[in-house]
Amino acid sequence: MMSNNLLEVKDLSVNVEEQQILRGINLNIGKGETHVLMGPNGAGKSTLGYTIMGNPKYSVTGGEIIFNGKNIVDEEVNVRAKDGIFLSFQNPIEIPGISLSNFIRSALEQRNGKRIRLWEFKKELKKAMEVLDMDESYAERDLNVGFSGGEKKKAEILQLLMLKPSLAILDETDSGLDVDAVRTVSKGVCEYQKDKEGSLLIITHNTKILESLHVDYTHVLVDGKIVTTGGAELVEEINNNGFDRFVKGE
Amino acid sequence: MREKTNVNDVDRSMYDFRNEEKDVYRVKEGLTPAIVEKISSEKHDPVWMQNFRLESLQIYNEMKVPDWGPSIEGLNMDDIVTYVRPNTKMSAKWSDVPEDIKDTFEKLGIPQAERKSLAGVGAQYDSELVYHNVREEVAAQGVVYTDMESALTGEYADMVKKHFMKLVTPRDHKFAALHGAVWSGGSFVYVPPGVSVEIPLQSYFRLNAPGAGQFEHTLIIVDEGAYLHFIEGCSAPKYNVANLHAGCVELFVGKNAKLRYSTIENWSKNMYNLNTKRALVEEGGTIEWVSGSFGSHVSYLYPMSVLNGEGARAEFTGITFAGKGQNLDTGTKVVHNAPKTTSYVNTKSISKDGGISTFRSSVVVKPQAKQSKSAVSCQSLMLDDISRSDTIPAMDIRTKDADVGHEARIGRISDEAVFYLMSRGISEEEARAMIVSGFADNVSKELPLEYAVEMNNLIRLEMKGSIG
Repeated sequence: MMSNNLLEVKDLSVNVEEQQILRGINLNIGKGETHVLMGPNGAGKSTLGYTIMGNPKYSVTGGEIIFNGKNIVDEEVNVRAKDGIFLSFQNPIEIPGISLSNFIRSALEQRNGKRIRLWEFKKELKKAMEVLDMDESYAERDLNVGFSGGEKKKAEILQLLMLKPSLAILDETDSGLDVDAVRTVSKGVCEYQKDKEGSLLIITHNTKILESLHVDYTHVLVDGKIVTTGGAELVEEINNNGFDRFVKGE
Repeated sequence: MREKTNVNDVDRSMYDFRNEEKDVYRVKEGLTPAIVEKISSEKHDPVWMQNFRLESLQIYNEMKVPDWGPSIEGLNMDDIVTYVRPNTKMSAKWSDVPEDIKDTFEKLGIPQAERKSLAGVGAQYDSELVYHNVREEVAAQGVVYTDMESALTGEYADMVKKHFMKLVTPRDHKFAALHGAVWSGGSFVYVPPGVSVEIPLQSYFRLNAPGAGQFEHTLIIVDEGAYLHFIEGCSAPKYNVANLHAGCVELFVGKNAKLRYSTIENWSKNMYNLNTKRALVEEGGTIEWVSGSFGSHVSYLYPMSVLNGEGARAEFTGITFAGKGQNLDTGTKVVHNAPKTTSYVNTKSISKDGGISTFRSSVVVKPQAKQSKSAVSCQSLMLDDISRSDTIPAMDIRTKDADVGHEARIGRISDEAVFYLMSRGISEEEARAMIVSGFADNVSKELPLEYAVEMNNLIRLEMKGSIG
């Protein structure tokens, strides 16, 4: 019997350079659901994001990652992307010599295995950039090169809107942004959530980005383990009281 | 499965076809006065040229092999055939070129390029040009584009004699002397004052014969206020014996004139490329070099700009890609010889699979070159731990009233960047190729479109199977 789960993380343990970071994570994300992952610094939140995406620096020492019913632990990063996983980077990498627009187009063409008409692509790109208040000129600029922190994050969400994955992991997408930028980014995420019916795993320790988003589940990650899972109300509680309760509960 | 291929087998396949050698005439290997005289008489040289060749040979015998760069021990001049005449006379009609030679250039895309985007084409096969043609409307402007041999005896004979190896003299270095002794083929271009040649001229040099040398001479004179873009392409099939290329390029850029000289060099990896290129730029004139070095086993290549008149400018944009078994020593030289002259050098070098890429630059600012400016920037990208990249900048500044800057950066492809691109669905190989093409982008932007495409293809071919 197929479950409604898009992603099932089962008892996942992960090492980074011989050091254990994740210690038996269990997490299920259903289609169209939005999950928030919170926790103190160094708890392993980003590690979980990178591991689901498949960064080779993070080695899985136990457990499974089931995506669309298939264990993807041994899949290449680009195959996972084609399967529908997307990671918005905390620090997007600058790549000189490739324009943002050409990059998104090549990524789409590689994912879909066919050429995309330039005219239609440009139209869609323009629309998505409008949602994100991005100046059109950014499309022709080299990928992330010389972008401000805010523009880099917007460019990540632009890729999210264009690539339309079934699961988006947002790694601290709101960190280091001013209020306006957070609002804009949040608008983009909202669009993905509603119009594309995408599933989300939002890694954050800032709750501003969540204000305009519907949240189904909140997980608290402490020292490589999920210690509590709740609904949207948990965000509020952490906002008021911090992580002390969960850390002490260890 | 990842594709893992022997790079040598794959990457130059489009260049690496050979024709059976059907030359009517090839001189004996090695170098003696008798051989030089033989070449001279075969080519019906004027007397002064015959003497020039013999003097050059003497200089060649006196001079030492350079000891400051990559080793050229594998090159034994006693084994090199200096003159191989293809089995045809030069023609201005494509249909007259023999089938096998025509086929060679068809495969390299030369006639197609001519039809599409060139004002004139010269094609050299081994030691002689086999095809030369210039569009009527360009010829009507008074532009002369011909092979060097015809130029020596034709209407412009005096002009050729006045300039030939005056900028690069046989005393310059051992291989310039060798060139003076055995040169053959190449192009002569003259652009009259005020004439702007809107579309590029191109010469393509193909060395087919194993164990042979190619010594073409290119002489270009762009007169006052004129403009020209000249493109040079080179390739050869791979043999197990050493081949030698010791060409010479002399460029004279007149007052307020502008010359752009683009090269995509893709010699096979048994080639010793010891090439000398130099430009003399008069007042207000501009020389722009665009140089892509992909092939050869060993290269010594440093196009030089002598800024001789006030306000003269030189721009050099270069890319060097050194793969397995390649030691490419490339760069540029600039001499600021007059006030308010400027030079701008921007180079990229890539090394992989144990390839060695060395960037060597020399900027000389003479005492009289006040208010001159020079900016040199070189960036290197090493694709693995076994490759090498070096930067050797030299500066000799003889006035305090000059603005001179140098910047060098050496880097690697970061795992994070590859992961980032792959996370968007791009394969690892494609991600690496994208990063390398992106690195080379500002150079390929300077190339005519077809060449930029060719360069990107070369990079992609080089990157294929590069993941170990």
